[in-house]
Amino acid sequence: MTDTPADRIARATPPAVARRIRGLSDRAIAWIFVAPTIFLLLAVNIFPLIWTVRLSFTNFQANRPNREVEWVGLRNYERILTDDGIWANMQATAHFLVWTIVLQVILGFALAWAINRKFRGNDLLTTLIVLPMMLSPAVVGNFWTFLYQPQIGLFNYAVSFVSGVPPSSFEMLGSVRLAPWAIIIVDTWMWTPFVMLICLAGLRSIPEYIYEAAEIDRASKWRQFWTITVPMVLPFLMLAVLFRGIENFKMFDLVVQLTGGGPGSVTELASINLKREAFEKWRTGYSSAYAIILFVTVFGLASIYVKALNKVKER
Amino acid sequence: MSAVSITEPTARSKWVAGILVTLYAVITLMPLAWIIMTGFKSGPDSISYPPKVVFEPSLEGYVNLFTTRTRLSQQAFQQLPPPETWYDRIVRDQGMVIAGQSRFGERFMNSVIIGFGSTFLSIFLGTLAAYAFSRFKVPLKDDLLFFILSTRMMPPIAVAIPIFLMYRTLGLSDTHLGMIILYTAVNISLAVWLLKGFIDEIPREYEEAALIDGYTRFQAFRKVVLPQATTGIAATAIFCLIFAWNEYAFAVLLTSGVAQTAPPFIPTIIGVGGQDWPAVAAGATLFLLPVMIFTILLRKHLLRGITFGAVRK
Repeated sequence: MTDTPADRIARATPPAVARRIRGLSDRAIAWIFVAPTIFLLLAVNIFPLIWTVRLSFTNFQANRPNREVEWVGLRNYERILTDDGIWANMQATAHFLVWTIVLQVILGFALAWAINRKFRGNDLLTTLIVLPMMLSPAVVGNFWTFLYQPQIGLFNYAVSFVSGVPPSSFEMLGSVRLAPWAIIIVDTWMWTPFVMLICLAGLRSIPEYIYEAAEIDRASKWRQFWTITVPMVLPFLMLAVLFRGIENFKMFDLVVQLTGGGPGSVTELASINLKREAFEKWRTGYSSAYAIILFVTVFGLASIYVKALNKVKER
Repeated sequence: MSAVSITEPTARSKWVAGILVTLYAVITLMPLAWIIMTGFKSGPDSISYPPKVVFEPSLEGYVNLFTTRTRLSQQAFQQLPPPETWYDRIVRDQGMVIAGQSRFGERFMNSVIIGFGSTFLSIFLGTLAAYAFSRFKVPLKDDLLFFILSTRMMPPIAVAIPIFLMYRTLGLSDTHLGMIILYTAVNISLAVWLLKGFIDEIPREYEEAALIDGYTRFQAFRKVVLPQATTGIAATAIFCLIFAWNEYAFAVLLTSGVAQTAPPFIPTIIGVGGQDWPAVAAGATLFLLPVMIFTILLRKHLLRGITFGAVRK
């Protein structure tokens, strides 16, 4: 390749220089624009997170700032991981997570499937169905305690109307057996529309000609469903599960208002238990270690899951 | 629509689907309808058995929401001058007199101030960052974008302890400014991701043409990109507002009096002998109403907003 003088001049004056004549360089603008966001996240997210890690190795108590702080090494972590109570909270969280996801996936997919039939008025119905998930979980949770009242609540009345069981014979929030289901029902009520919307986007992304080809090959409707619809919607569905999983692992507001973790501690999910340790018992060091364990768990599970999701997408 | 399409659902399957979805909608909207109805019931009607669907509407819940009331002795009660206003009369009918204003108005205003303040800030910072990510070669771009997203995975309680300590030191705890900064930090990930998607869709040629015409980058951004991105910015703003509006965990941990928002406040409304359900329902209705309206306005952008733009319709 020949190197003409014009080439050399072009290389010697990169476009950035030309642009700087009319104000800041692109690079400088990029930095000025991105810096405040990064700074804010470092100050309000990363710095506190590092602080939490530091606190997790101490026996500091936030309500006694003047007491001497001792460095306790990994003792907090050891105590948490060998505590039966915390394993019970983890189990309650897992139970809540698994059931809400199963119910929301089934209901959400079925709804999306039906809405995709394009019957009249489905746009209006979609908008109405979506309302619960946009509301404040705390306010909604508080109101559901009213709906769950055994004597006067709408829920018990409706159940008794359908099943014939007297409404005052079961107490959703007071019974150890039913309370976990009470929160699963409300969470499903709130978040099924979320799964539905994502499934609907998935269903609408399937090009029609694939079905037409299958029809020509005389594939049965059932066969078309399992070999076309399900695999094509799966990546969307997995994304919905990821979002719901992360959200429900952090679940706090809805459950605090509904059951407050009770009766006993059957609905005491991890973050409610954590709040109690941190802001009621004021065991700051200990609860910092707890927070770190939870964060690492979410992050770890989410990363593994995202890998699986990417594999499904590539297929 | 082509009449010969063999994949078009049959008329009967459409019918069945329509009925099933309508049924689901009726069931799912019942709790919401019940909240709104309870707000217009009188105390005894709200707790009657069987639950009353037909009732005489009353503004008791709304009056109780905005006032504090007290009971007087029988004698003192009879010596009172006759009620002057309609709300005086409603309170008297319950056997009480108005003692003062409740804190609901103030809490609602806090929600408004913190919600709009943090939304404005997230959109301002988010638009700048999104523009830079969309148009320039930012070093470590993908890593930074993932970092921004990952901040959303953290359970609020995991960072609440040091934020609590930090805010106490800086004098930011229980202040509007403190909550605005906090909600901005939580919302900024959503704002950057969503806005980047919207800005990516604006053709670069527009700006290039402006640059050739002698605009600086700043001018091109302000006069060409921003007007094009208005719809996207508006949609993003409403999502940020809805989040800040509904947030509870930080609000309950970091505010106690001055800057408390409505979500921690509404459940604490207590009447004589337990929760005053009509007042709670009235508060909930007033609080949920803006979000319901926004949802209807937002329906086109809904999916993108709730999934960080990860899924597009």
